Amino acid sequence: MTLIFPKESLQVFPKHLTPAYRSTAKRSPSKPLIIIPHTLSELTGPVYGHDAVQDGDNDLTKQHKGEPLGERIVVHGHVYDEDKRPVPDTLVEIWQANACGRYVHNVDQHPAPLDPNFTGAGRTVTDKNGYYKFITVKPGAYPWGNHHNAWRPNHIHFSVFGHSFLSRIVTQMYFPGDYLFPFDPIFNSVTDEKARMRMVSSFDLENTIPDWALCFRWDIVLRGREATPQDNDEH
Amino acid sequence: MSDITPSQTVGPFFAYGLTPKGRCQWDPNGSYSWKETVSDNLVTPDASGTRIRIEGRVLDGDGAPINDAMIEIWQADAQGRYANPRDNRARPNAKFKGFGRSATDKSGVYSFDTIKPGTVPGPGGKPQAPHIVVCIYSRGMLRQVYTRLYFADEASNAADPILALVPEDRRGTLIAHKQAKGDMSVYTFDIRVQGENETVFFDV
Repeated sequence: MTLIFPKESLQVFPKHLTPAYRSTAKRSPSKPLIIIPHTLSELTGPVYGHDAVQDGDNDLTKQHKGEPLGERIVVHGHVYDEDKRPVPDTLVEIWQANACGRYVHNVDQHPAPLDPNFTGAGRTVTDKNGYYKFITVKPGAYPWGNHHNAWRPNHIHFSVFGHSFLSRIVTQMYFPGDYLFPFDPIFNSVTDEKARMRMVSSFDLENTIPDWALCFRWDIVLRGREATPQDNDEH
Repeated sequence: MSDITPSQTVGPFFAYGLTPKGRCQWDPNGSYSWKETVSDNLVTPDASGTRIRIEGRVLDGDGAPINDAMIEIWQADAQGRYANPRDNRARPNAKFKGFGRSATDKSGVYSFDTIKPGTVPGPGGKPQAPHIVVCIYSRGMLRQVYTRLYFADEASNAADPILALVPEDRRGTLIAHKQAKGDMSVYTFDIRVQGENETVFFDV
C-alpha cells in the first residue's frame, strides 16, 4: 500500500491568517508558501509504537493520589486515513484543562482553582483497528484574552501522528451542543460546516458506564490515501 | 471537499504534556513526573555520524521572540536512511528515530542535539543535500508550518532539487550556519515566521 497525500485535502484546514483570532496577525506567514513535491523526507514520518507508552498513560484520573473533581468521561474512537482505513499503532497525545477550566501550566493564572488530583496530560497508541481510548474528566470552559469576555468552548487538545510527517495533526476535540461555538474564533476558523462538525465528538450512550462515566466518541481522519492508477498518470 | 479532521492551534499550554523537561515554563514544584514521549535529544548510543547541536530563535512579525512555540524535527541518519517502513533500505543505526521535539524558552530559543543527516534520494532519483524537516506550532498558528534546515558547509546545496524551487533571494533563510562552541558543532537556525527575512515555508 503506497499512500499519497493530495494537497487538495488541506482545503478544509483553517487559513494561517484568521483576523478574528488575534494572535494570528503576527504569527502567520506573509510571503507565499513554496510548493514542493513530496520526497522521501515528506512521505516518511516518526513511528512510535506501544513501547512509547505505559499502561495507565491513557487514564488522566489516576495520575495522582486521589481522583480529580468533575464529570468522569470516556473518550474513544478510531483513527482513519482518507480511505477510511484504520491507522494502527499510531501515537495519540492529549492535554486539557481541569473541570474548572484551569490549566496546570503556570502561564494560566486566571481565577479558577487548580485540582491537586489533576494535571491533564495523557497518551496512548491505537490498536490494530485504529482504536484509541482515554479516561478523563470533562474540561471546563476557559476564558482567554482574544476579545472582551472571550471563552473557549470545552475542548481537549489532541496530537496525532499517522503514517507520515504530512499526516501529523494537532487539533482540538469539542463536545456536542456547546453554546460557545458561535462565539469562538478558533472553532470558526474552519469555514466549512461539515469540517467544523468533524471536530465535535458525539455523545455515546451505548458506551457510557453505568454509575461511573459518560462516554464521547470521536473519530479522527488523517491525510493519506492509496494511490490510484490515475494518480500515477499525472506524473 | 475532503473528509480529514481540520487542524487547530496547539495553544499556549502544550508544554506539560508534550515537552515537559527543561524547555518550558511549566514549574510543577517537583510534584509532576510525566516523562516526555519525545525529547530534544535524538542521539542514540548506536548512532554513527557527527554529533551536532541546532539552536535558534523563533521570531514573530514584529521581530519579537515567540516563547511558546513547539518545534519538531524529522531527519534521516548519517547514512541518509529514515526510520520508517517507507524507506526500506538497510539501516545501520537501528535505534536512531530521527524525530525530536523542543519548545522555545522565555527568550524564544529552542535547541536540539542530533546527528548530522546524510544525503537522501530526491525526485527522479537525484540526491537531496543533507537537510532536516522542521515544523513549527504555536498559539496564533491554526496549523503547523513546514520548513527545512540545510547546512552552510554542504557544497551539495547547490544541486539540491528542493532548494532550487525557492527564489534565490530567500534561500538564505533555510541555511544554518556553523559556530565554534568548544568541541561541539553548533548550527544556528533562526525562524522568522513573518515579515522581514521571513523563513521560507513549504506548501506540502
